[in-house]
Amino acid sequence: LDPQGHPAIHVEHLIIGMIIVCSVIWLLVMIMLGWALLRNRPDESERSRERKLTITVSTAVGATVVIIAGLTIASFYTTRSIALPENAALTITVRGQQWWWQVVYADPDPALGFQTANEIHIPVGQDVRIQLESVDVVHSFWVPSLAGKQDLVPGRSNSLVLRAERPGVYRGQCAEFCGLQHTHMAMMVIAEQPASYQRWVAAQRDDGAMPGDPDAAAGKTAFLAKPCAACHTVRGTPAIGATGPDLTHVGSRQTIAAGLLETTRGSLAAWIADPQTLKPGNNMPMVPLTSVELRDISAYMESLK
Amino acid sequence: MTLRDDGEVLRDTAMDELELDRRLAATWSTPAGFWGALSTVDHKIIGRRYIVTAFIFLALGGSLALAMRLQLSQPEARFIGPDRYNQIFTMHGTNMMFLFAVPVMEAMAVYLVPLMVGTRNIAFPRLNAFSYWMYLAGGLLLWIAFAVDTGPDVGWFAYVPLSGPQYAAGKRADIWAQMITFTEVSALAVAVEIVVTVFKQRAPGMSLDRIPLFVWSMLVTSFLIIMAMPAIMVASTALILDRLVGTHFFNPAEGGDVLLWQHLFWFFGHPEVYIIFLPAVGMVSTIVATFTRRPVFGYLAMVMALIATGVLAFGLWVHHMFVAGLPRLGESFFTASSMAIAIPAGLQIFCWLATMWTERPLFKTPFLFVIGFMVIFVIGGMTGVMVASVPFDTQVHDTYFVVAHFHYVLVGGAVFPLLGAIYYWFPKLTGRMMSETLGRWVFGLIFTGFNLTFFPMHILGLQGMPRRIYTYQPEMPWSALNMFVSLSAVILVAGFLVFFIDAVRSAASGSAAPANPWGASTLEWATSSPPPSYNFARLPVVGSFEPLSADPDTLSVVTGLSVNRRELIVSSVVEALPEARESSPGNSIWPLWSALATTVMLIWSIFSPWAVVWGSIPVAIALICWFWPKGAPEDDS
Amino acid sequence: MKQAVVLDLTRLPPHGLGGASLTWWGTLAFMLIEGTGFALSIVVYLYLMSLASQWRLHAPTPDLLAGTALTALLITSLLPNLLIARWARDQKLVKVRIGLIIMSVLGAAPLVLRFFEFPAMHVKWDQNAYGSIVWVMLGLHTTHIITDLIETLVLTCLMFSRHGDNPRRYGDVSDNAMYWNFVVATWLPMYVCLYWVPRL
Ligand code: HEA
Ligand code: HEA
Ligand code: HEC
Ligand code: CUA
Ligand SMILES: [Cu+2]
Repeated sequence: LDPQGHPAIHVEHLIIGMIIVCSVIWLLVMIMLGWALLRNRPDESERSRERKLTITVSTAVGATVVIIAGLTIASFYTTRSIALPENAALTITVRGQQWWWQVVYADPDPALGFQTANEIHIPVGQDVRIQLESVDVVHSFWVPSLAGKQDLVPGRSNSLVLRAERPGVYRGQCAEFCGLQHTHMAMMVIAEQPASYQRWVAAQRDDGAMPGDPDAAAGKTAFLAKPCAACHTVRGTPAIGATGPDLTHVGSRQTIAAGLLETTRGSLAAWIADPQTLKPGNNMPMVPLTSVELRDISAYMESLK
Repeated sequence: MTLRDDGEVLRDTAMDELELDRRLAATWSTPAGFWGALSTVDHKIIGRRYIVTAFIFLALGGSLALAMRLQLSQPEARFIGPDRYNQIFTMHGTNMMFLFAVPVMEAMAVYLVPLMVGTRNIAFPRLNAFSYWMYLAGGLLLWIAFAVDTGPDVGWFAYVPLSGPQYAAGKRADIWAQMITFTEVSALAVAVEIVVTVFKQRAPGMSLDRIPLFVWSMLVTSFLIIMAMPAIMVASTALILDRLVGTHFFNPAEGGDVLLWQHLFWFFGHPEVYIIFLPAVGMVSTIVATFTRRPVFGYLAMVMALIATGVLAFGLWVHHMFVAGLPRLGESFFTASSMAIAIPAGLQIFCWLATMWTERPLFKTPFLFVIGFMVIFVIGGMTGVMVASVPFDTQVHDTYFVVAHFHYVLVGGAVFPLLGAIYYWFPKLTGRMMSETLGRWVFGLIFTGFNLTFFPMHILGLQGMPRRIYTYQPEMPWSALNMFVSLSAVILVAGFLVFFIDAVRSAASGSAAPANPWGASTLEWATSSPPPSYNFARLPVVGSFEPLSADPDTLSVVTGLSVNRRELIVSSVVEALPEARESSPGNSIWPLWSALATTVMLIWSIFSPWAVVWGSIPVAIALICWFWPKGAPEDDS
Repeated sequence: MKQAVVLDLTRLPPHGLGGASLTWWGTLAFMLIEGTGFALSIVVYLYLMSLASQWRLHAPTPDLLAGTALTALLITSLLPNLLIARWARDQKLVKVRIGLIIMSVLGAAPLVLRFFEFPAMHVKWDQNAYGSIVWVMLGLHTTHIITDLIETLVLTCLMFSRHGDNPRRYGDVSDNAMYWNFVVATWLPMYVCLYWVPRL
C-alpha cells in the first residue's frame, strides 16, 4: 500500500492509527494475562478481592466503550473527508466484464468520445469520477495506491472518485471473485500532467493508425478477414465488434489481456496464437492462423499506437 | 425387551443399585449389531458420531488448505489450474463452515448438554438421529461432487450472478445450494432439540441462574440458528428456483436484484460466525472454571454478554458489504454496531482474566489451549474492529488481511477452544485420557504454526494481495511471504497430525479415566466415564451453581421414575421444578429412512422441479411410520 | 459417588400437557423457524417493491375473489379449531373424532381455493421478479397447509385406532390445533401483502 492519491492518504492515516491503538490494547491484554497467570497470590479476603475485581472489570469495559466510540468517530470523519465531491472535472465509465475492463471516455460530441481497455489515464491533481458498471457478474475496482475499492454490480451504477497527487503508473485489480480468471483482471491507472494527458486524449480520439510497413498492412487485411473483427473494434476500419476490448490503440497500452503481459510484438503474437493457454478460460477463442498471418497480425496490432 | 412386566410400572424406588443398573440398561441401551447402530437414538452415540464425522471433514478441509498453500507458495506455480483452484477454495470454505465448524459445535452440545443439565436423553432423540443422517448425506453430496469434478466453484458465499443460471453452467452451484439445505435442516433440528432440552429437561433445582455457562452459550447459539438459518434457506431456495425454473429474484433485467442475495446471505452469514464462536466461548468458560477451581468471575455478566452478542449479531450484516455501493450514512451505522460487539467480547475476556487472577491455574493441555485462544482471538478481534471501519475496509476488503482476520477468529477463537474441549472431555467421551506430553506438543506446534502461517497474511493484505487468486505474478512483492506462509502451514498441519494420532491412539489404549479426572463441578462428571446409556442411575437434583463442589462425595438424586419405560423429568422453564415424568422415544430405524427419502428428493430436485412433488411422497410415508405408535410403553402415558 | 435421595417423584403425572409437554415446545420452536421464513419472504417482497420504479412491474392487479374467500375460510376454521383444542384438553374422544373430521375437510378446502389463487395473480413465476416472489409466497404457504392437512389426516386415523384414547394423543391433537392457528395467522399478513399492498 503506497498511497499516492488523496483518499488513499487519508485512509492510510486511519489504518496506521487503528493498528497502533489496537496493538496497544492487545499488548495490555497480554500483559494482564501473563501477570494473572504468573503472579504470586497474596492472602486476601474473598469479599474485598471480588469487589476490587468488579471495579477493575467495569473500568476495563468502560475504557472499551470509550475507545470504541473514539474509533467509530475517527472512522466516520475519515469517511466524510473522502466523500465524493459533487463536481468532478472528468467522468470516466468503467465497465467490468469477465475478465477485463472496458473504459469509456464519453463526450457530448460522439465523435470525440473513445474507448480503451484495461488502461485508464487521468490528469494529476484533479478529481476524476469513475462510473462503475458491470456487464456480467460482480467485480470490484481497486487501485490501492489511489483509493479504496468499490464494487461493480450488475443492474446498479456505483461511482468512485480518484485524485492522484503525483504522476505515476498505478496498478489496479479486480477484488471481487468473478470466476475463472478473476486472478488476471488487472488494470493500469496512469496519472500524468494535464498537458500530456490532453495529448494522450487527442491521440486516442484518432482512428486506428494506418499500417506503415507491408507486414502490418497484410496484418490488417488478415485481421479483417478473420473472426477477429467480429469481436473487436478498430476505429476507421470495418471492425466494429463489441465483445472484446477496443483495439484502436492497443499498441499504445502498456499491457494486454488485463495486465497479464507487457505489450510487445512477441507477447501479442503469443496471446493471439493461444490465448487459452496464457489465460485459461478467458473469452477470446484461439483463432487458427498460419504463422505468416500471425506475424502480420501482431505487427499490425503493435502498430496501432 | 424381556424385562418389561407388561402393564405394570416398575419404579426405581428402593431398588438396589445393581438391579437398578441392570433394568435401566435393558430399557435404554442400544442393541448391538449393525441394525442397532442404524436405529439408535442415544444422544451420546449420535453425538460421538457427529464429532468424529466433523473432524474427518476438518482433516479433508485442511488437506485442501494445504493444496492451496502449495499452489500459492511461489508465483505462477502450475500445480493447480484456475478451475480446480476455484473449486478448492470454495470447498475449503464451505466445508469448514458448514460441515466442520457449525456441526462440530452442535455435536459437542448433542453429547454434553443432556449430561450437563442432568437428563437421560436429548429432547426429540429421533429427530437427532435424523439430523445426523441429513448432515452426513449433505457432506457426502458435496465431497462426491468434488471428486467427480462438479464441486462448487463460486466461493463459500456464492455471490449471484456468478452462481446464477447465466454464469454458472452445469450443476456445481446447485450442489452448493442443496448442500446448504441439508446442513441447515440438520442444524435447525439440533437447535430445536437443544432449546427444548435446556428449557424443559433440566434436573430439578437447576434454575436459570444455575445453568452451566456452556449450556447457556449453546442456548443462545441455538436461538441464533433458529433466527438466522431461515435467511439462508430462503436465499438458497431462491437461487435454486432461479436456476431451475427461471424465476428472476436475482436478475436485475426483470426487476430482481443482485444485492438481495448479499443481504440475505450475510443476514445469515454474520450470525453464523457467532454460531461458531459462542459455543467456543462456553468451552473456554468451562475449562477456565475447572482449572482455576472456582466459578468464572461474573456469571451474570457472562450470560448477559452471550445474549448481547446474540442480539447484536443480527445488526451487523452490512459490514460484509461495505464496498457494494450502499449509502455511506447507513454504513456508518453498521460500523458502530460492529464495533459495539467488542464490548461484550471484551467483557468476557476481562472476566476470564479476573478468574485467572484470583486462583493459580493448573497448566494442563486444555488450559494451554485457552491461553492460546486468548492470545490469538484478541488479535483477531482487533483486526475485526479494524475492518469494521468503512474506510479501512475499503482498502482491505477481499484481501489476505480479511483472510487473516477470519482465520484468527475462527481457528484462534473456535478451533483452539474446541481442541481444548476435546482434551478436556475426551475422558468423558471415551473413558480414557489423552496424552499430556503429546498434548503439549500439539499445542506448541499448532500455536507456533498457526501464528507463523496467518500473521504474515495481514501484511500480504496490506501489500494489496487479493484473496481467491490462484496465482500471482513474480513482479508482485508477495512471493517471499507466501513461501514463508506455505512452509509454516506445514508446522501447523504437523500439529494437527499429532493431534489426530494422539486421539486415535488414546481412544484405543489411553490410560483409563476416573469419573471426574479434573475435579470439575458440572453434572456430566457425576456419572461414570463414559456414561451408561441412561446417563445417570438416578437423576440428580441441583442445589447450587456448582453441584459437584458443594459436596464432592454425595449426589442428591430423585426416585420414583419408571425403569421399564424410557422416562425422564420435565421441569419448569425458570425454576426447574419437576412437572411430569415424560417418556422418551425409543430406538427407531425410521429417522434413517426418512433421511434417505429426503436425500433422494433433494438431490433429484436439482434436476427436476417435479421431484418435490413425487419425492415428497416417500418422505411423508417415512415420517408417518416414524410417528405412528408401535405399542411400546414409551408411546403411551 | 454416593447418592442421597432428596426427592420422590412417584406422584408426578406420567405425561405433561400444554407447557409441560416437550412437543408443545418443539412445535413452538418450529413455528418460530417458519415464522422467520414467512417474515423474510414478506421482507423480500417489500424490498423488491422498494427497488422497482413501478411495482408489479407491469403485471395486472391481482383478483381479490379467491384470496379473500380463502382468508374468510381460514378465519372461520379457527372456531372448530379452538373447540377441538378444548375437547382435547378435556379428553373427549368422540368430540375430538368429529372435530378432526371437520378439520380435515377445512384443511382440504383452502387447497381448492388456493388452486384458483395462482391464476388470479395474472403473472407467472418466470415473468419477472414480482411474479417470482408472489408464487414463492403462495407456494410456501400452500406447503404449510398441506403439511398440516396430512398431519390432521394421520391424527384422525390415529384417533379412530386403538391408540387413540390416550393423554399423549390428546396432546398431539392440541399441538396440531395450535399449528393450524399458526398457519392461519401467518396467512393474514401475506394476504395483505399480496392483495392490498399492490393496490396502494
Ligand atoms: C468465529 C468467527 C468470527 C468472529 C468471532 C468474528 C468477530 C468479528 N468480526 Fe469477523 N469475520 C469472520 C468470522 C468472525 N468474525 C469471517 C469468517 C469473515 C469473512 C467472511 C468472508 O468474507 O469470507 C469475517 C469478516 C468480517 C468483516 C468483513 C470484512 C470484509 O469482508 O471486508 C468484518 C467487518 O466489520 C468483521 C468484523 C468483526 C468484528 C468487529 C468482530 C468482533 O466480534 C470482535 C470482537 C472482539 C474483540 C474486539 C477482542 C476482545 C475485546 C477486548 C480485549 C476489549 C478491548 C477492545 C477494544 C477497545 C477494541 N469480520
Ligand atoms: C473453521 C474454518 C476454517 C479453518 C479451520 C481453516 C483452516 C485453514 N485455512 Fe482457511 N478458510 C476458511 C475457513 C477455515 N480455514 C474460509 C471460510 C475461507 C474462505 C473461502 C472462500 O473464499 O470462499 C478460507 C480460505 C482460506 C484461504 C484463502 C484462499 C483464497 O482466498 O484463495 C487460505 C489460504 O491460505 C486458507 C488456508 C487455511 C489453512 C492453511 C488452514 C489450516 O488451519 C488447516 C490446518 C490443517 C488441518 C486442520 C488438517 C490436518 C490433517 C491432515 C492434513 C490430514 C490428516 C488426515 C487424517 C488423520 C485422516 N484458508
Ligand atoms: C469471440 C470473441 C473474440 C475473437 C473472435 C477474438 N477476440 Fe481478441 N479478445 C476477446 C476478448 C473477450 C478479449 C479480452 C480477454 C481478457 O483479457 O480476458 C480479447 C483480447 C484481445 C487482445 C488484448 C487486448 C487488451 O488490450 O488487453 C488482443 C490484442 C486481441 N484480443 C486480438 C485478437 C485478434 C488478433 C483476434 C483474431 C485473430 C481476436 N482477438 C479474436 C475476444 C475475441
Ligand atoms: Cu473481476 Cu474479479
Ligand atoms: Cu460479520
